[in-house]
Amino acid sequence: MAPVLEVSNLSTVFHTRRGLVRAVQNVSFSVNAGETLAIVGESGCGKTITALSLLRLIPMPPGEIVSGSVKVDGTDLLKLSDAEMRRARGKQIAMIFQEPMTALNPLLTIGRQIAEMVTLHDGLGRKAARDRAVEMLNHVKIPEPERRAREYPHQMSGGMRQRAMIAMALACKPKVLVADEPTTALDVTIQAQILDLIGDLRREFGTAVVLITHDLGVVAETANRVVVMYAGRKVEEAPVGEVFANPKHPYMTGLMSSIPRVASARGLTGVDATARLTEIPGIVPPLINLPPGCAFSPRCTRSEAQCTTTLPELELKAPDHLAACWRA
Amino acid sequence: MKTGFWNDVAYLARRYPLGVAGAIIMTVFVLAAIFAGTVAPLDPFTTNPKASLAKPGGTYLMGADMMGRDVFSRMIHGARISLAVSIGATFLGSGLGAALGLASGYIGGMFDLLVQRVAEIMQSLPLLVMALVITASLGPSLPNTIIAIAIPLIPNVARVIRSNVLSLREMPFVEAAKATGMSEFRIAVVHVLPNTLAPLIVLATAQLGSTILTEASLSFLGLGVPEPWPSWGRMLSESAAEYVRTAPWLVIFPGLAISLIVFGTNLLGDALRDALDPRQRD
Repeated sequence: MAPVLEVSNLSTVFHTRRGLVRAVQNVSFSVNAGETLAIVGESGCGKTITALSLLRLIPMPPGEIVSGSVKVDGTDLLKLSDAEMRRARGKQIAMIFQEPMTALNPLLTIGRQIAEMVTLHDGLGRKAARDRAVEMLNHVKIPEPERRAREYPHQMSGGMRQRAMIAMALACKPKVLVADEPTTALDVTIQAQILDLIGDLRREFGTAVVLITHDLGVVAETANRVVVMYAGRKVEEAPVGEVFANPKHPYMTGLMSSIPRVASARGLTGVDATARLTEIPGIVPPLINLPPGCAFSPRCTRSEAQCTTTLPELELKAPDHLAACWRA
Repeated sequence: MKTGFWNDVAYLARRYPLGVAGAIIMTVFVLAAIFAGTVAPLDPFTTNPKASLAKPGGTYLMGADMMGRDVFSRMIHGARISLAVSIGATFLGSGLGAALGLASGYIGGMFDLLVQRVAEIMQSLPLLVMALVITASLGPSLPNTIIAIAIPLIPNVARVIRSNVLSLREMPFVEAAKATGMSEFRIAVVHVLPNTLAPLIVLATAQLGSTILTEASLSFLGLGVPEPWPSWGRMLSESAAEYVRTAPWLVIFPGLAISLIVFGTNLLGDALRDALDPRQRD
């Protein structure tokens, strides 16, 4: 099966007053229809810029996508004209955002906002577009979709608005859905519902999902593959089970040991239940002034001389398991 | 739950009684202006030397002016001019100002810089001086008066709308709209402009009163709507200095009419602003 979304060597920079900020460097990945790829990493490691680059929503200037390709079903989005790109957004590749509270226009009804999008891409009439909006609200399991379509965003809860956002994003049956931290602003029970919903719709419509998150729990539950990013680069990629069972990059190991485990906290596994969580010391380095070697080396417990001078390439460390580390 | 237009109207009327009062005031004035010919008891232009400065009462409900013309009839006919000028100038000025402010704020960059500097230059001139220069070059007539009063309003409106657009432009729903493939123009008109409606309505209602007074000043200088057509502003300004002590009705009634229309528009404007915002409903 050929992948629906194929991103290769994507690099995005920002021209700022203080110099060139390399927000995304040589990132490649691909997603098959009906699969979910999770991109994980700390704040400031380039996840969101990667997501925005896929839809070419980077403000230009100061941003610029300097190289690479983003192919959806073989068509390189980066080569399209602005008008063609507008037609592709929503139809080929759609996005849902972190903030369901402010990502909907407060002055338009939910139904109208979904219908707007359908009219735009599928050229349906008013009645047909409205019916599609109601149908989509039904799809995302909003009760009484007829009535809800006539309501305004402020009349809905956060979870329901995020469902409405998903309904809008999927209304034109895009091939790729980019979800930028779709559950971060929601409480835990609603998070699970939204993730289940995205999973169901992905299987139903065969959408390829790119899930941006910093929540490893979310990754373990929903993703098929994982890309770990650090300081604008992909540092590790593997199927989800492999990453959690056998993390190669010290950054991923660090991330994993910094989250509490219910089992060990209860002392069920025989692990020391009172053990402190370990943290990764330091913060993501400013992207404007990266060290010459591995960007993670200043924070890495296993770093040696080579790490601070030469950048490690991505290599196969195990079958289907890429990592960029000298020590792995 | 019943729906329908009249249901909504009844609901809004119960919710905003002050807005209804404003609407009634406006309606009375507008009807008086439209049917001035039938409503006015006397001809507004006929002079009568015997009735010069007649006191209110009897034939002359609101008294008569120096030339013996009926103040009440002149008021009703004056509503035509005053309403046409004030509403026309406010709509024209606010409309152009809003369009310019939207473009300036949304496009940004050099265009924004240019528009804002021109607006600053215009704002540095007093409103009356600018209106004077414009009417002087266009010649006195009703449409020219409207244009002359509307143009100085543009920079004020444009600046307020621009500052609103600057913050709205960064809202996530604008980015979300971009992600759905909408064109920039459509985003500006469908998503950004309606969100600036609240300040626009407040601004427009505030300006309505000042446009009536600007028209008065222009007419007083002979540059407004030409004689013998009466306007409230001119009736007020012509008689204010000379007759305020000897024949106060010449000043009181036009002044009252101006106050009332400004009051009415403000009431209506406030209610409209709230009624048009879905977050204020339920």
